[in-house]
Amino acid sequence: MNAPIRRPLPPATPLDVERVRRDFPILANVHPHGKPLVFLDSAASAQMPRPVLDRIVYYRTHEHANIHRGVHTLSQRATEAYEEARRKVQRFINAREDREVIFTSGTTDAVNLVANGFGRAFVGAGDEIVLTHLEHHANIVPWQMLCEDVGARLRVVPINDAGELDVAEYERLLSERTKLVAITHVSNALGTINPVREMVAMAHRRDIPVLVDGAQAVPHMAVDVQSLDCDFYCFSGHKMFGPTGIGVLFGKAALFERMRPYKGGGDMILSVSFEKTTYNVIPHKFEAGTPPIEGAIGLGAAIDYLGTIGMDRIAAHEHALLEYATASIETLPGVRILGTAREKAAVVSFVVQGVHPHDLGTLLDHEGVAVRTGHHCAQPVMTRFGVPATARASFAFYNTFAEVDALVAAVRKVQEMFA
Amino acid sequence: MDPKQLYQEVILDHNRKPRNYGRVENATHSAEGLNPLCGDHLWVSLRVADDTLAEIAFEGESCAICKASASMMTGAVKGKPVADADALVERFRTMVTGKADETQAKALGRLAVFAGIKDLPSRVKCAVLPWHTLHAALHQEAAATTEGDADPAAAR
Repeated sequence: MNAPIRRPLPPATPLDVERVRRDFPILANVHPHGKPLVFLDSAASAQMPRPVLDRIVYYRTHEHANIHRGVHTLSQRATEAYEEARRKVQRFINAREDREVIFTSGTTDAVNLVANGFGRAFVGAGDEIVLTHLEHHANIVPWQMLCEDVGARLRVVPINDAGELDVAEYERLLSERTKLVAITHVSNALGTINPVREMVAMAHRRDIPVLVDGAQAVPHMAVDVQSLDCDFYCFSGHKMFGPTGIGVLFGKAALFERMRPYKGGGDMILSVSFEKTTYNVIPHKFEAGTPPIEGAIGLGAAIDYLGTIGMDRIAAHEHALLEYATASIETLPGVRILGTAREKAAVVSFVVQGVHPHDLGTLLDHEGVAVRTGHHCAQPVMTRFGVPATARASFAFYNTFAEVDALVAAVRKVQEMFA
Repeated sequence: MDPKQLYQEVILDHNRKPRNYGRVENATHSAEGLNPLCGDHLWVSLRVADDTLAEIAFEGESCAICKASASMMTGAVKGKPVADADALVERFRTMVTGKADETQAKALGRLAVFAGIKDLPSRVKCAVLPWHTLHAALHQEAAATTEGDADPAAAR
């Protein structure tokens, strides 16, 4: 019997944004062109709160040595802190076991690990990999490279004018030739939240494993990999208020056991001779060389920090920001929002008639407003909407309604300049 | 000149009213310029007679910096000997990558306003693309870019 579906409880106390902002020194320290910083580019990389900064400094001043190697005090401390970070990630995404969590250098590295470790073992000539029109280049190019090498081909799930996946077409694309589905949880360019759980279930009815790119999801919503039932889940530390150079690949243990290592080196082996190497057990089999130890520990601290705020409160505040930003930007004449999915994360991608996104980005910066401009490493999405680039405002829980107003006022100013 | 001033005093004017916009009939040389990463895309066509750039025009879709740079470029080289145009390409490139001193910049005349672009490192490519495209046209190359080896930042 299925458990009844529970609606998430509304947050008991709303987010105190002004208090939260004091945790992020950079928000107060930087004044681009003498203006207060309005940072609306967290989808590219989020800022780091004081507790994470402090944790990294503490590690470097009290715990650092190489891990899994020495018997001395510092090596044991570093190893314990690193493995504790792994358990924090496990709890954060509700993985069944900590050995299902592999530290990578980021989402891109995680996808490449699966493309090599899984793809080269289980995908062959004539096979197909299904992905979607919403994917970031990081979830396209590794699969393209694999296809070129083994003679497989990509099948792409189309999107509608709102930027939502055609789920019926997705189901039609699944066949006995499909060896893997690779889909994004949340579109980085448009903000669309995909029905991942439903899509995983469809693939599993045909025994097809599913990889989910969660880089844009984990900073904004509670993610439960057991509930999604996905086979792989990838994300990056720096988009969730942790350091750069660290990321996570979650994978089901049974799959990890069957996969080939991706990189060879120290720590991923049990024994080495020139005749034969015996690989280490998971997760270490996939963590060759000295990993980004402080990155992992910093990511663990970021998870702790998010826990003190609460993913439900974060999601509620960001949703309110999204609705306000969408309504405010829509009032601007000559401005078109790309990506109007019913289920959306706090991302507003837009184009301004008569103003190229790069000119807009440069001039918004002069008003202190930081937005991403360009194709967002999602050129197929841009092509689908017939634009070379967009401006993208992406929000985190430290953003305010006043910052939305500042964005709108700055866009209006640029429009007046170009009028 | 700070970038905002640059927009207000120069770029927006050329963006609204680009000079020599269109295509040269009976062109002897032409080339396509594309920055795939930002989407700036333009064509330069020209007619050389007696080693002189008798006519030049450009068209395409681009940001205002690229369009203004193209517009001012066509004005600067029209009627000039081909060798002078070639030399100007190199001097402009040197200036926007911040490698020219003040005297060298001043020698570029009205084009010297683009010296301010060096403070917008992410936009240097936009200003340089028309010049690379002119260079490609003069040297019978079909296409120009500012990526890879042609990246103005790579030469720094």
